[in-house]
Amino acid sequence: MGWETWIITTFSRSLAYGTPLLLGTLGEIYAERSGVLNLGVEGMMIMGAYSAFTTAYITGNPWLGILVAAVVGGAFSLIHAFASVTLKANQIVSGLSLTMLGLGLSGMFGRGWEGKPLPATIPKITISGLSKIPFLGPILFEGQNLIVYLTILLVPLLWYILYRTRIGITIRSVGESPATADSLGINVDRVRYMCVLLGGVLAGVAGGYLSVVYRPAWTEGMTAGMGWIVIALTIFAFWNPVYGMLGAYLFAALYHLSYRLQPWVSPEFLKAMPYAFAILVLIFVSRGTLQKRMGAPAALSLPYTRGEE
Amino acid sequence: MKRRVGFKVERRPVASGRVVFLVSLLAILAALVVAGIFFRIYGVSPIHAYQLILRGSLGSRFGLTETVRRVIPLLLCGVGLTIAFRALFWNIGAEGQLLMGAVAAAGVALFSGLPGPLLLPAMFIGGFIGGATWGLIPAILKVMLGLNDVITTLMMNYIAIYFVEWLIHGPWKGPTARGFAYTDTFPRAAWLPTIYGTRIHWPTLVLGLVLAVVMYIMVTRTRIGFEIRVIGENPDAARFAGISQLKTTLIVMLISGGFAGLAGVGEVAGIHMRLLGPTNISMGYGYTAIIVAWLARRNPLAVIVTSLLFGVIMTGGDVIKVSLGLPFQLINVFNGLILFFLIGSEILLRYKISFLLRR
Amino acid sequence: MDNSEGYAIELCGIVKRFPGVVANDGIDLKVCRGEIHCLLGENGAGKTTLMRVLYGLYRPEEGKIILNGQQVHMTSPRAALNHHVGMVHQHFRLVPTLSVEENIVLGLDEGTGPFVNFRKTREKISSIANEYGLSVDLQTKVWQLAVGQQQRVEILKALYREVDILIMDEPTSVLTPQEVDQLFSTLRTLVDDGLTIIFITHKLDEVMRVSDRVTVLRKGKVVSTLPTAETDKPALARLMVGREVIFRLEKSPLKQREKILEMNDLHALNDRGLPALREVSFDLFGGEILGVAGVSGNGQYELAEVLTGLRKSTKGRVFLAKKEVTNCSAREMNDLNVAHIPAERIRMGIVPALSIRENLILKKYRRPPFSYREFLDNKEIEENARRAMSDYQIAAPSCETPVKLLSGGNIQKVILARELSENPNLIVAVHPTYGLDIGATEQVRQILLAQRERGAATLLISEDLEEIITLSDRILVIFNGEVMGILDAESAEIEEIGLMMAGTRHKGEEL
Repeated sequence: MGWETWIITTFSRSLAYGTPLLLGTLGEIYAERSGVLNLGVEGMMIMGAYSAFTTAYITGNPWLGILVAAVVGGAFSLIHAFASVTLKANQIVSGLSLTMLGLGLSGMFGRGWEGKPLPATIPKITISGLSKIPFLGPILFEGQNLIVYLTILLVPLLWYILYRTRIGITIRSVGESPATADSLGINVDRVRYMCVLLGGVLAGVAGGYLSVVYRPAWTEGMTAGMGWIVIALTIFAFWNPVYGMLGAYLFAALYHLSYRLQPWVSPEFLKAMPYAFAILVLIFVSRGTLQKRMGAPAALSLPYTRGEE
Repeated sequence: MKRRVGFKVERRPVASGRVVFLVSLLAILAALVVAGIFFRIYGVSPIHAYQLILRGSLGSRFGLTETVRRVIPLLLCGVGLTIAFRALFWNIGAEGQLLMGAVAAAGVALFSGLPGPLLLPAMFIGGFIGGATWGLIPAILKVMLGLNDVITTLMMNYIAIYFVEWLIHGPWKGPTARGFAYTDTFPRAAWLPTIYGTRIHWPTLVLGLVLAVVMYIMVTRTRIGFEIRVIGENPDAARFAGISQLKTTLIVMLISGGFAGLAGVGEVAGIHMRLLGPTNISMGYGYTAIIVAWLARRNPLAVIVTSLLFGVIMTGGDVIKVSLGLPFQLINVFNGLILFFLIGSEILLRYKISFLLRR
Repeated sequence: MDNSEGYAIELCGIVKRFPGVVANDGIDLKVCRGEIHCLLGENGAGKTTLMRVLYGLYRPEEGKIILNGQQVHMTSPRAALNHHVGMVHQHFRLVPTLSVEENIVLGLDEGTGPFVNFRKTREKISSIANEYGLSVDLQTKVWQLAVGQQQRVEILKALYREVDILIMDEPTSVLTPQEVDQLFSTLRTLVDDGLTIIFITHKLDEVMRVSDRVTVLRKGKVVSTLPTAETDKPALARLMVGREVIFRLEKSPLKQREKILEMNDLHALNDRGLPALREVSFDLFGGEILGVAGVSGNGQYELAEVLTGLRKSTKGRVFLAKKEVTNCSAREMNDLNVAHIPAERIRMGIVPALSIRENLILKKYRRPPFSYREFLDNKEIEENARRAMSDYQIAAPSCETPVKLLSGGNIQKVILARELSENPNLIVAVHPTYGLDIGATEQVRQILLAQRERGAATLLISEDLEEIITLSDRILVIFNGEVMGILDAESAEIEEIGLMMAGTRHKGEEL
């Protein structure tokens, strides 16, 4: 295969696999910016995958599947929000338990669904005019689908909201200094609930995308740790949606490469690369990083109670 | 605090041991009830199912031994985790540390060429070192660079999983049967003795029990135990007192990783006698051990009880699969529920609800 | 005061309880429109609680709030802002990583929905800033601003929201005397413009300087409300503490002994990497107390941390009894018998969940007889605790009680017992009486004086200038990390100290 074709295919496939990573990361960025660490992303993704697949199978409508996935992911995240924000429980353990629950429930209910073919998936889109643009054309405008495009459009939108609107200022203040936000009349709990909900919805959609569009198929545990990469990516992105996009597509490219390079490099090595890479990136980024400029939201994973400082 | 008709809610300054115990019991009961709903969905009476589980995992000889067999890794990992959690090191990586211990043990067993009697002790030492190393890496990263311990230990789990996969498919590949890959079987001298007719590799069990007691003594009676407790309760005061966060974190993860590594040794030398696929070596022991340690309220002695509980639950999974045709995954659901209710119920530990008689 | 227009604020019978304490016990307060009304009281009198009730942060168990003749229900800070009540807190409510303009706009509903018209915002802020002389760069992140500037942001925040009533909670505790002057003139301008200001303080000077009327609170009750012109400092002090306040402590004459501490040209950085200490040099002798005066944030904490091994210096040398101890670790300073009474008692000084006896050996546990090899000797530890509790009169059910259950005074006594039990030759005491009631404060000061008798060298760092003057033998003034001068406490003039705290070197040299 010629080099150029090879690169184009890699980038093109990165877009496809990067989309669920990006969706999950965008949601987690918002959740963490509001101060809630959501380790339940894996559970929400897999539940999204399961519910999307079964809905699409039963109704024959893939879009309905994605919608249901969003609702299911959101519902799951509300449980996490309730535990973390209202009950002020340990967020790490709450997230982990939801991941266990999600994996367990989807594995349990999904038992009979493996191997079933999906009757219809969302259509591939090729924009013939734009796809003639050298290099970028075939990557972006050939054989992608609507969700990929919507996800890309989400990035500047979520960036703008976070950094240039009142809502974004509010969210960031809640994650940095909830006592301050509270004293200004901001409902800290409500902001956190909304952000965690967004995280859950996007995670659900990401999972639904996997089972309805990317494969499309259902296998038990099919998210295969994608939720954990999302957690790493959120840090890698400095909690910024734009960097999140770069990170997501980068990892997707790595993942794709692991299959491409199989004859020369052992597949296990490449599969482990994203995780090792995440650690390496964290190491690189930890040095000389001014905590205040680029670091984590100060109140991340700390429950907030009024009057307790 | 608000005063409502009928009951009063006030902050509880310190929760007594009795309250903690009752609340934990409440959490387990809640999980049982909710899980019962899932049983009903499958058309099975929950009481019937629970009875079966108890009888299957404790009532029969086979069941009991299967339960104890599962207790061993839970006990070792759990004790190690209580130490880590006490120092506020969120070790989510027990799974990976267990696997690396298994790898080390397998390496010693298959390639070290040591004479027979030395093999098992060497495997245990190697396994401890393997797990400890795997645990020390995130510890060093946290202390020196401030990297988040949850993320790093989690990532290391997956690196360990793929490492094992690589070994059994690649350099350590043994005979492949039915599409599963594993290494050669260990030499006979590297097999852990088991109680006759069962799969209980008792040396590891004894080791686990001994370590639980030793850790309890360490936490309550020694200098290092004191330092761990101080760091876990108030890191600022620890710094003020000149306690080295670096040294304590490293020691804590050495222990936690090492113990998980020992669990790994037990699995490959006591159950499987070879290195095989990561999900066959550990059925989520590292993650379940988190619940075990949490439920034990970070008390190493209590881990003996809680690991038994979860051994019963895990065996119960087999029971319901075989006897009732229910999916094993229900157990994961149950575990998730327990963990969730445990932390959800902690609010009851912080606040006291007292009932007032209305005059 | 002309109150024919009615009162701006009336608080009637406010009762606010917390577990174990009644913070406000039936308080009646009337504030006239357009006046500066001081709320005076010592720590724990209930001033901040009362204002938090007014600001909607706390819901009172009983009582009414009436603004301009109409009863209101302050359900939250948002409600307070809707009623044009603003508050500048003692610990600023600013988000450090956001910019000034973002902080000002935070939480505001301007009717533009989710979008912020930054151009209009900037115009409005600039016009307010110019009118009252409160200039600051709008796009800087708050963490990069100096404390005085941050306070300006807080005031701008309130003014931006068009408040009629402004509550200021101990606003001068972090300002230099010159910044205080500026603040007071700003307040006068605001009041001339029609604002009503409530000013919480425990400093008599400020009350006399700036207020029109003053209400004295003690232990949750109103003691008296009077026009400032009709009273004076001794009278207010009496009302505040309920008895004649002795402004000078009984102190034995100074018996200076051999030099214990020598600090040479010390430089150190603070947590932000900026210089915190510059060319600090001084000597400290046994049997004396050297008080360090200075506005908070001028390097005092860093000085204490360097001396106790919690912070590395970048240049310079430190000698303890002729032995070099530059950049020794906390543990080493510990072993050299340096006592540290930390500023943040609960955060740094104790382990709240552990028992009294365990806290008492926090620094000594490594040494015999408390441990042998690796094992702790619990009997010895208990014996030690019993002794300490009786020597220092620590009131608690037993030595097993977790320290977090103790009162502030008792917690400080645990810390003192621990630090002073080995007869240290150097004591570094930072805000030792902060937040303590009169009785506990007395006890702590007596303990420090007793150590002085014994021959210990004490470095006393405190924000309470009066405390420094009363306890110290010599006073070192620190400003911007530099030693402005060292004075003899008996003869020092408070004005001179104030000037040094604001940057004028001793003997009239301007910076």
